[in-house]
Amino acid sequence: MSGVHAPPRALPSVRPARPPRLWPTVGALLRKELLVELRTLESVPGMSLFAVTTFVLFHFALNRSSVEGDLAAGILWVTLLFAAILGVNRLFVADADQGGFDGFLLAPVDRSAMFLSKVLTLLAFLVVLELVAVPAFALLLLGSPLGPALPGLLATLALGDLGVAVIGTLVAAMAVQTRARDLLGPLLALPLFVPIVIGGARATSPLLVAVHPGTPALRWLLTLGLYDLLFGLIAYALFDFLLED
Amino acid sequence: MEAQSRRVAGSSETKNRRRDGAVMYGRGLPTLSIATVVAIAVSLSLVFFYAPLEAEQGFLQKIFYVHVPLAIIALCGFVLGGLLAIQHLRTRDPRWDMRSYVVIHMSLIFAVGTLITGSIWAKGSWGHWWVWSEPTLVSFLIVFLLYATYQPLRFAIEDPERQSRYASVFAITAGAFVPANFIAVRLSTAYLHPRVLGSTSNLPASMALTFLVSLGALSLLFATLCKYELTAKHTRSQIRALRRRLDGGDAGAPARARSAVPSLQHLTTSGAGPVVSAPAAGSSAR
Amino acid sequence: MAALEVEGLTRHYGEREALADVSLSLDAGQTLVVFGPNGAGKTTLLRVLASLLRPHAGSVRVLGSSLPGEAWAVRARIGLLGHEPLLYRELTARENLRFYARLYGIEDERVHELLESVAMHGRANEPLRTLSRGMVQRVAVARAVLHDPELLLLDEPNANLDPAAIELVVPLLAGGSGPNGLRTRVICSHDPSGGLAQADVVLGLRAGRPALLRAAAEVDPDEIAELYR
Repeated sequence: MSGVHAPPRALPSVRPARPPRLWPTVGALLRKELLVELRTLESVPGMSLFAVTTFVLFHFALNRSSVEGDLAAGILWVTLLFAAILGVNRLFVADADQGGFDGFLLAPVDRSAMFLSKVLTLLAFLVVLELVAVPAFALLLLGSPLGPALPGLLATLALGDLGVAVIGTLVAAMAVQTRARDLLGPLLALPLFVPIVIGGARATSPLLVAVHPGTPALRWLLTLGLYDLLFGLIAYALFDFLLED
Repeated sequence: MEAQSRRVAGSSETKNRRRDGAVMYGRGLPTLSIATVVAIAVSLSLVFFYAPLEAEQGFLQKIFYVHVPLAIIALCGFVLGGLLAIQHLRTRDPRWDMRSYVVIHMSLIFAVGTLITGSIWAKGSWGHWWVWSEPTLVSFLIVFLLYATYQPLRFAIEDPERQSRYASVFAITAGAFVPANFIAVRLSTAYLHPRVLGSTSNLPASMALTFLVSLGALSLLFATLCKYELTAKHTRSQIRALRRRLDGGDAGAPARARSAVPSLQHLTTSGAGPVVSAPAAGSSAR
Repeated sequence: MAALEVEGLTRHYGEREALADVSLSLDAGQTLVVFGPNGAGKTTLLRVLASLLRPHAGSVRVLGSSLPGEAWAVRARIGLLGHEPLLYRELTARENLRFYARLYGIEDERVHELLESVAMHGRANEPLRTLSRGMVQRVAVARAVLHDPELLLLDEPNANLDPAAIELVVPLLAGGSGPNGLRTRVICSHDPSGGLAQADVVLGLRAGRPALLRAAAEVDPDEIAELYR
């Protein structure tokens, strides 16, 4: 093996051209996140499987073969949220256990990049989760056709996902440094998710009806959007305080 | 030996500092306590003897004079806890964290009081211990569930500085959540059912007066209890600091057990003057 | 110009004082070796200098910038090699180094060169969890000097390395930018004779307090052993 006994060459002095800006840093972090997830597959498959299994449980628990309206919206949103919690729990574990925070904090980068990269990662996980869970839901439990409901449903899910991603990232960062991280994560996140459930379920329920399906009411989409904005700003402002020592 | 009067961060200390450099907490506590007792007595008499009986709900309606002020004070307390936490993150002064902790602690107790009185009211008016149609009650349940995690969160973080910092982040997030949650729940219940327990506007003058006095009395109670707790914690912290000095510095003193309570130690270890009750050995006689 | 100027540095951990009133100064190109029993504050000192911890009292100036206020200005010029390798076990050596290279704005060729310098070129594409601790430590060294820092902070750097690896690693850690091609270094060590040999200045910590601060030439190995009693 070459190089083991040969003396190392003197390396030329290296100076980075300029410190990396925000979005390239976010890009580098995102790549790392997705690479780790692809290698370990510890978040997304678990979340998706959990959702499908939960639908099966609901069938037996409610003793129904098909659901519509409020009931359908409720089952879908609650299941998605609980599956999201699984992803939230694992979001910072690799960094906390393998010293990833220190490595990032030492680097000459804008620290907001970690917040953004984690939110985008969680968002990506949620999208993949929904790609599995929504068709599974339509197959197993939904009593109305999915097709016409899809545009409204996707819009609502997009807004809901954003809120879950932002709050989930903040809560995950708080919980990961504690001793009871798997317990505190859900306990902190679920009350904060209540307005998202309210907005999401109320917006979705008129869509999931076989006869005369409606459109999501603007007020609920607005509620979701404003909530996302409020907590997006708060989380963005507070996140750095969780990183430092 | 002249004890140095150290300029401690946060000018509220200068007025509590005696000339020999000791810091006193709990000034004004006796006055505040008496004022509170008087206010509560006045408020109770108004509630029982002055406020008219309401036509529909009868005597039970009087619980409104306790339930609503408790709710308002708890809500304001939670938001105040968030504001105090912002100050903590800005200044890194652990005293702000202590204040935030005490205020949230007390608001949580008042929130439980709100839930209990609300539940009694619901049972009396509607025959059910819980009604989903009352948005205040529902919002409080959610807020209670959130703030109930505050203490476990603190306890689960061992590093005291990190504990304070994370608690502040939580307090700010939760403080912003309280009004947002209220609005969201209001929207959802209005959509489903009309408000049933009556609004607090359009009150006849006698009821309004009783309500305001009750609100004032309970606010005083809140403030007094907070001040008591703050004083107790500060004093205990000073005593510990003294004991450490007597035991000969860090080497002698035992490690403090894990705790959810903010640590104030590093304010006092570097010698911020003797505690009032210590014998004035060598310090200038006043 | 002094690379390090520390004055009255104090850092608490709740009621304990992790560091109390530490003052020192180090010129560029010099090496400071820190001795002291476990819990004396060596790692805390290193982390403060690395801008990972903020001082609770006192002042710290690193490479001309004061911490924590101006930390952003010097991060690119400081390297840390602590107890943790700060590497992701599921990624390969190459992927880890490429990741850090992107964070520091360094080109990929540098990654390639360093992998060769630490003799990890052959195993660069295997996940770190399949490699031995010695190999991971070598990759960690590469990570620490990736951006050719002027100031290098080392916490027992030779742990987990066999003598051949130590030979590879020592020139990397010592040489680089800075006067005479030497890096300014702060090394935490438990090895009195070995550590003393590398040192220009010696700092001995006990219970967070400086017990000994002198030029290395004037220090006796016995005095260092005293710290541990």
